[in-house]
Amino acid sequence: MSLPNPADLISQMATRLKTHLAQRDISEPRYIGIRTGGVWVAQALLEELGSDAPLGTLDVSFYRDDFSQNGLHPQVRPSALPFEIEGQHLVLIDDVLMSGRTIRAAMNELFDYGRPASVTLVCLLDLDAAELPIRPNVVGATLSLAAHERVKLSGPELNLELQDLAL
Amino acid sequence: MTPLDTKRPLQLNDQGQLRHFLSLDGLRRELLTEILDTADSFLEVGARAVKKVPLLRGKTVCNVFFENSTRTRTTFELAAQRLSADVITLNVSTSSASKGETLLDTLRNLEAMAADMFVVRHGDSGAAHFIAEHVCPQVAIINGGDGRHAHPTQGMLDMLTIRRHKGSFENLSVAIVGDILHSRVARSNMLALKTLGCQDIRVIAPKTLLPIGIEQYGVKVYTDMTEGLKDVDVVIMLRLQRERMTGGLLPSEGEFYRLFGLTTARLAGAKPDCIVMHPGPINRGVEIESAVADGPHSVILNQVTYGIAIRMAVLSMAMSGQTAQRQFEQENAQ
Repeated sequence: MSLPNPADLISQMATRLKTHLAQRDISEPRYIGIRTGGVWVAQALLEELGSDAPLGTLDVSFYRDDFSQNGLHPQVRPSALPFEIEGQHLVLIDDVLMSGRTIRAAMNELFDYGRPASVTLVCLLDLDAAELPIRPNVVGATLSLAAHERVKLSGPELNLELQDLAL
Repeated sequence: MTPLDTKRPLQLNDQGQLRHFLSLDGLRRELLTEILDTADSFLEVGARAVKKVPLLRGKTVCNVFFENSTRTRTTFELAAQRLSADVITLNVSTSSASKGETLLDTLRNLEAMAADMFVVRHGDSGAAHFIAEHVCPQVAIINGGDGRHAHPTQGMLDMLTIRRHKGSFENLSVAIVGDILHSRVARSNMLALKTLGCQDIRVIAPKTLLPIGIEQYGVKVYTDMTEGLKDVDVVIMLRLQRERMTGGLLPSEGEFYRLFGLTTARLAGAKPDCIVMHPGPINRGVEIESAVADGPHSVILNQVTYGIAIRMAVLSMAMSGQTAQRQFEQENAQ
């Protein structure tokens, strides 16, 4: 299977996000990337948009629902949101949407900072494997992978790689 | 018991992660750094409007204090609550122990309450270790201070304080001053500083308040305050533990203050940007002058804030290590 070129996806996503925000009269959204891949995607997206808006970063390790199975991620870093959340329109950005559990954890964390006016979800790839009723508002591409396949994003220059767990 | 148990320290699981937190002895630098990094993230949580994360939701943390404490007990309680755990605190010194119940009987009763973690403070050295050896295997034991032996969370919160104010440990001169003999804080600090790469660790005390064999910690011993404080970056003052003194170790408190009290004049010999720490409770006019304790070099109250973050880090890492261990054992059994 051939993977899409991330640079092309970013350009399409920027266009769709502009439309999405314009339809809702959102002029000054707050951008938040989910560590680590989501931050790279967010940086590329802001560059494509020609925006110098501050970028918040979220580390959802303390909010994951698999702590009792998998424990704490050893490289947890502080979240940093250089703006208010209360009453703001948020654009939440991640690299790969799979089960939706990361997004649930991220929204739980965001609501501990305040009550946003809205949250728009932007993902580079949707793997069509949702275990929760969570769908992106703007997506670069939707892929269907075999059970033994994973995609991995490396950054910050955005390279996609297909991994085969069966090998 | 698996055969692996004999090969690894009690407080680590088979993957080398924390499952108890008993002492800093034998812990690798990477693990101490991981504790500090995790605590940094929890500090950020503590600065939010909602200071709570759901990590330990549904877990029960039981603080068992056989010895009095205010700061350690309340910061452990706050740490567990901010991790969403259910918390109970037992002051055993005022309950069953005084009615003759043995430590093991107390422990069995606490186990029956299905706690996931015990934070233990005890007046006898080795008590936390003893409990960790005898507790049922899925319960994590955190040492909140045992006799003269160790106070590892205090040691780590002191390291976090130093790292946040000074950046790193390699090029620092650190002086630990006062009642070294009775101080579990001093022992934990010496071990942590050594492991984290500090090259110049000094202890300053009268000979009667120095333990025999102190040199094995790789520290320089000073009995003169002015000499010992010269150009240091960090001063860690210790409380004079009068309640643990059985013999005539000191002529008088006044004499001790005159020779080893931290005064503005003495502190002038340290580096201009040095920080002054104290584990609390402070005895003003016994080991530290009020003007120093409340002065610009003092980070004594920051230590309390950092203590909550360190305790959150240790509680969540030990719980995480216990979980990983159970998974590992299940997979091996299959």
